[in-house]
Amino acid sequence: MLKILFNRLEQGYRTNNYPKEKITLFPRYRGLPSIHQDAPDDLARQCAAACPQDAIDADRKVIDMGRCIFCGTCERLSKGKFVSFTGNFEISVSEKKHLITDGTLPSLAEHSKKHFKKLFGRSLQLRQVSAAGCNACEADLNVLATPFFDLARFGINFVASPRHADAIVVTGPISRNMKTALLQTYEATPSPKVVIAVGSCAITGGPFRGSGEVTEGLDTLLPVDLFIPGCPPHPMTNLHALLRFFK
Amino acid sequence: MKTGFLQIRHSRPVDRNRIPDLSFDEFRKQAMEIVKNKGKVVHFFAYEENKAIRLMAVLRTDHLLHVAGCKAPESYPSMSRECEPFHMFEREIAEQYGIRPEGHPWLRMVRYHPNCQDRPDVFGNDYTKDIPGNYDYYSVQGEEIHEVAVGPVHAGVIEPGHFRFNCIGERVLNLEIQLGYQHRGVENLLQTADPKRLPILAENIAGDTTIGHALCMAQAMEAIAGMETDQGAGIIRTIALELERLANHTGDLGALSGDVAFLPPANYCGRMRGDFLNLSLLICGNRFGKGLVRPGGVRFSIDGEMNKNLINRLGELKNQMINVIDLLLISTPSVRSRFEDCGKVGKTDAEYLGLVGPAGRASGIPYDVRRVFPTEQYGKLNIPEHAEHTGDVYARAKIRADEVIQSIDIILSLLTGPIASKEVPAAVPALQPSAFAVSLNEAWRGEVSHCLLTDADGRILRYKVKDPSFHNWNGLSMALRNTGISDFPLNNKSFNLSYCGFDL
Ligand code: SF4
Ligand code: SF4
Repeated sequence: MLKILFNRLEQGYRTNNYPKEKITLFPRYRGLPSIHQDAPDDLARQCAAACPQDAIDADRKVIDMGRCIFCGTCERLSKGKFVSFTGNFEISVSEKKHLITDGTLPSLAEHSKKHFKKLFGRSLQLRQVSAAGCNACEADLNVLATPFFDLARFGINFVASPRHADAIVVTGPISRNMKTALLQTYEATPSPKVVIAVGSCAITGGPFRGSGEVTEGLDTLLPVDLFIPGCPPHPMTNLHALLRFFK
Repeated sequence: MKTGFLQIRHSRPVDRNRIPDLSFDEFRKQAMEIVKNKGKVVHFFAYEENKAIRLMAVLRTDHLLHVAGCKAPESYPSMSRECEPFHMFEREIAEQYGIRPEGHPWLRMVRYHPNCQDRPDVFGNDYTKDIPGNYDYYSVQGEEIHEVAVGPVHAGVIEPGHFRFNCIGERVLNLEIQLGYQHRGVENLLQTADPKRLPILAENIAGDTTIGHALCMAQAMEAIAGMETDQGAGIIRTIALELERLANHTGDLGALSGDVAFLPPANYCGRMRGDFLNLSLLICGNRFGKGLVRPGGVRFSIDGEMNKNLINRLGELKNQMINVIDLLLISTPSVRSRFEDCGKVGKTDAEYLGLVGPAGRASGIPYDVRRVFPTEQYGKLNIPEHAEHTGDVYARAKIRADEVIQSIDIILSLLTGPIASKEVPAAVPALQPSAFAVSLNEAWRGEVSHCLLTDADGRILRYKVKDPSFHNWNGLSMALRNTGISDFPLNNKSFNLSYCGFDL
């Protein structure tokens, strides 16, 4: 018993105060890209050619954040002159086309449909479906339940049954072998329901695009309401998206 | 003893013309001889070259690796009956290339996909059906027997898989595990995708083993491209692999605690796992270490300030971990009584199944790649031999807890000041033609290994990936035998195997 108390004291209070207080991540974290429109065209083309995800459109000087895995290759190659990554983790959008960005994003709160806020603003139950992918997206959703993030304080929880859920949160590129199970989970969730795509895999197939075994975008199967980009999205990106979209 | 297999070293280039090309009968005979003399299976796979299908095996004996190949017959007498660790590999070859191992004890699909050769399907599956249906599970007959089916979608935020229990009352007689839901066609992509995508694919085979798989790819490519890495890169890679181990072991200790409803350590470990992940973020900008390791070295150095920061944070976490581990594994009798004697896998069974990593060490098999086939800095670190002998949940937890402290000490011993490494070129290196390399690393679940074969033009002919989970899933089934079904979550967590690493 004494040891329980001792550990409790040593561990202290760890929950963050976001969104009331800003959080700064470590400097090497790669968040929202800034794309420097004045960069030479051939530098942009060089970056586009080197991008492992073919996420850069060199002519329009935009990045598709749905494809981007935030590897930082373009930033290194251009020494920050074409692309540099900011520490801004608030990068989710409600329409897929907004992921193709020149470095600016519309405010998520304005774009979220008002009736979702009204319906789910006080209590939101999420059913997560892991559909292929590498499991890192799931891991960084899972941590939202740990004391530092403490998602439950906002009335948001992950639940075991789709019957108890208001939204399904999908990760992974939806392998052929998971498609039926995913669609059945969607069917089993009562309406009105929200569909959230988390991670580059769920949004575009991510690193696995081009394999005949995966789906290149959850939106080809289901209507998606919220897109959270990243590989994986930082837990703060997930937290921001859930709070801004529903609260 | 001349075995006919060629002795090779890990992460070294091998001219493919030197690899013995045996008749199948000779190949089988030699392989059986090696495994009877305590040899273990590292790889057994098929590949296509000049329109012919060939088999290749990489085996290990004490500190030695052996390789040989042969032309694949249409079907062959299964080796699993004589050496169980071939079991999954034979099923995998049957699924990928349509070659039947005759007399295989349990010839069932592995990941549910058609073979790449347009051969008749060994399992008689109809792949126009989307879900792995058409599968006859092992069933136990009897009036009081009942079956419990779980998954693919599970109750928590975890990966999909199907578990089929045959029980009498609460007692599990047999657990059958059917995976494949996470199958993304990774090996196929590794052989066909634009080379610039390769390091990204390796990192995403299993996100919790990003560093383990990225290292295997980097070392295999460096071997075949004839590239040297500098010492700074070796140190940073070692630190990264240990951080990965720390984060995962800590998370699992917390989850084990949660599964026996002892909430304080569950929460503390959950938080501290995050802190370890954040140290990877500190080094390379990603919590899972993505973007750090590349063929040729690493992409980030550790400067003086970061070095201090890491030392401080690790020092603090070490004390906290010591106390939480004490609370969980030593001072709370109710936890011990739940962990001890639960889900036992004895040494004989573990040897028979060929378990690796912490699951093997918990059952008395001390094999640790860091000691036996050291890469990067491990040769200098004197990794001690370590094993527990009870093979239960407690032993698996204890091994993990010991490794947490060991990993912190390893990292601290490497953080002696700023660690610099040269810039890695963005492009993947050109590979030598007709070459072969096998790389191994002790990731947190055990032996990860990749094989890379190039053709006469230096293109990738075959890229074979093996996650330790490929060896260990049957260990979980074994642990559940005669165990209460309510202890499944606890046992599952004590192994915490990878679905995506297995499914590829
Ligand atoms: S950070 Fe994104 S856009 Fe830049 S190279 Fe990587 S994947 Fe491409
Ligand atoms: S988006 Fe990236 S992190 Fe998420 S599942 Fe896919 S590969 Fe893994």
